[in-house]
Amino acid sequence: MHVAVTAEPIEPYRLLAEHEARRAGRRAACGATAVFIGTMRDHNEGDPVQAMTLEHYPGMTERYLERLVAEARARWAIDDALVVHRVGELRPGDPIVVVGVWAAHRAHALAACRHLIEELKSRAPFWKKERLPDGERWVEHNTPGEVEEPPAGGDPARRSA
Amino acid sequence: MPVRVRFFASLRERMGQEEVQVRVDGPLTVRELWALATDGRELPPNLLTAVNLEHAELDWTVQDGDEVAFFPPVTGG
Repeated sequence: MHVAVTAEPIEPYRLLAEHEARRAGRRAACGATAVFIGTMRDHNEGDPVQAMTLEHYPGMTERYLERLVAEARARWAIDDALVVHRVGELRPGDPIVVVGVWAAHRAHALAACRHLIEELKSRAPFWKKERLPDGERWVEHNTPGEVEEPPAGGDPARRSA
Repeated sequence: MPVRVRFFASLRERMGQEEVQVRVDGPLTVRELWALATDGRELPPNLLTAVNLEHAELDWTVQDGDEVAFFPPVTGG
């Protein structure tokens, strides 16, 4: 298990590879790895965003993330988890967060990964301040974590154009 | 020992300060502490609070020496 909040730029694929290397001895026991990577968008609520500052509550944020991972371990049959979250000044395209979950089976890996990112977004003390062409603003709420299901229509691959 | 009251993000900017020390005379609720720390300012809607680095409700009892934080809704990830 690894949880970190860092003011340095993060490279999610390198962090995942390093974590994979650390858990080399356990790799064969896990048939599933679920990964979520959050990246800064260049737009929000219809406005272009030039940069963003991410703030956290040192001490509380790390403790909350540790607790989330512990709860996920208790609730799902997962072998390992990685959560690294960025703070400080970000530019569009910069990674904000990486969540990785390793489990024997995909259902547990996917469910735990989904839970970790949604709980992180709704309860972990992080705040975003956006820089727009005409000033700054605090982000007041997150985008929803659910999508509307497309209408049922059978196998999309079989549909004619 | 006084209670350390901290403000984060947009709330810190609105308050014009990161933290204040509040001398308390016996236990009081987070809600009562807000009133003391902000000279009776109205509670912002959707205000979140933490006591000693744990999420807490407004009716939670604050003790001498605690650290209490007030902050707006979170927007990580």
